[in-house]
Amino acid sequence: MSVTVRIPTILRTYTGGQAEVAAEGATLAQVIEDLEKNHTGIAARVLDDQGRLRRFVNVYVNDDDVRFEQGLETATPDGAGVSIIPAVAGG
Amino acid sequence: MRKMRRKGLASMAVQTVASTSTPTVDLGPAAALSCRECGHRVSLGPVFACEECFGPLEIAYDFSAYDTEELRARIEAGPANIWRYAPLLPVPAGVADKPNINPGWTKLVKADNLARELGVTGGLFVKDDSGNPTHSFKDRVVAQALEAARAFGFTTLSCSSTGNLAGAVGAAAARAGFRSCVFIPHDLEQGKIVMAAVYGGELVGIEGNYDDVNRFCSELIGDPAGEGWGFVNVNLRPYYAEGSKTLAYEICEQLGWRLPDQIVIPIASGSQLTKIDKGLKELIELGLVEDRPYKIFGAQAEGCSPVSAAFKAGHDVVRPQKPDTIAKSLAIGNPADGPYVLDIARRTGGAVEDVTDEEVVDAIRLLARTEGIFAETAGGVTVGVTRKLVKAGVLDPTKTTVVLNTGDGLKTLDAVAGTGLTATIRPTLDSFREAGLA
Repeated sequence: MSVTVRIPTILRTYTGGQAEVAAEGATLAQVIEDLEKNHTGIAARVLDDQGRLRRFVNVYVNDDDVRFEQGLETATPDGAGVSIIPAVAGG
Repeated sequence: MRKMRRKGLASMAVQTVASTSTPTVDLGPAAALSCRECGHRVSLGPVFACEECFGPLEIAYDFSAYDTEELRARIEAGPANIWRYAPLLPVPAGVADKPNINPGWTKLVKADNLARELGVTGGLFVKDDSGNPTHSFKDRVVAQALEAARAFGFTTLSCSSTGNLAGAVGAAAARAGFRSCVFIPHDLEQGKIVMAAVYGGELVGIEGNYDDVNRFCSELIGDPAGEGWGFVNVNLRPYYAEGSKTLAYEICEQLGWRLPDQIVIPIASGSQLTKIDKGLKELIELGLVEDRPYKIFGAQAEGCSPVSAAFKAGHDVVRPQKPDTIAKSLAIGNPADGPYVLDIARRTGGAVEDVTDEEVVDAIRLLARTEGIFAETAGGVTVGVTRKLVKAGVLDPTKTTVVLNTGDGLKTLDAVAGTGLTATIRPTLDSFREAGLA
């Protein structure tokens, strides 16, 4: 499965400044693994020491927050858009 | 004159940066940005997330030069707005003379009638932030963000908003001569839309809830289309959030430089509660108030109560919810500061509680009927939760208690739409008497 991943500004040092990169994988976990292959170091910024999504990282597959879906096991269908976004708040 | 207490100096060192760090902009005592999660430090700039761990960045200060009594005197001689606390905020000297909305120094109302209704005997106060320029506490945080935007050279002010923030940003931008472009959920209360649009900036409705709007703004900020924009609650968030500290400063100063025993604060993102706690701790460390325990209570609406649910379940992480409540200004289902709120409520011996929409409306009416204060739904949430906590014996009625009202009831008229005429009569005395009004 080929997906497009939107990269937040603070991770673009790993993607040569690119805001969007392509990645492969049938689940979010596989997509992150594939990202790591091509952009070494990026996985450790998104995942904690236990391999879980960091507390202040939000990830969306298309329009769905993966925390409402299956987390890292959320399916990433062919052509999906994956967004990695730092958690923010306000109101 | 009393010098700053040793204990304060020691613990503050945690927050301050090494003396070799040189800020690139003049934001007064603000020395750097520090990650709340991992402590990683960066220079002052329009960034909000730690490049190491994504944790929230917050302001690290250098207060080491202050003498307690000189500082107190300087504050007391300051203007009747938040800039009296400029020495404790990330703003340049002379901030009070710049074009800004100058919020704050709102009334701390001694609510004796409400206290009688609730059975509170130790002194009950309502910090009524509906008295701010755009009628909500958001003016405090926006005024801070505006100064940061100016310092970083932005000329467009923007935000994602549940309504109150949109109005505050529109007003501040108008006063300062900035362009404003703000994003809100398309189905907000009509009153809030009008109050945001009237200032003449661009107001964009997003088809989705607040969390969707927030996500959109986070993506926009990383896109060339959003370049050069100061999003008050995204890339200016570390500065913006500090504005909530002024609620803590004002409450203590208005109580005669005394900490309240208990304080009830609404929770949306949780930022306000965490910054009020930060403000109280700073006052203790600076020696401006006596160091004694205080309890912080968080208040949510049942239809969006992820922090309350986590507190009651004994969890230290917050599971996001899809909001469904009339308290739209608190309807943030994925509150970024939720884990910190849990830490603070537990550390201080407080609690986090929630009330139903019906209880919110009832509490709005109760506050209006007893104290002549018309609160927006968020104020109904804090008063409702206060009543619930007193009844449950969680909140001590013999202690000095402060309840926050963060916005004006005129913003959420729909919540009390059933309120109306007592009677309709002919313009005659007979009709008046017949209606039983004499």
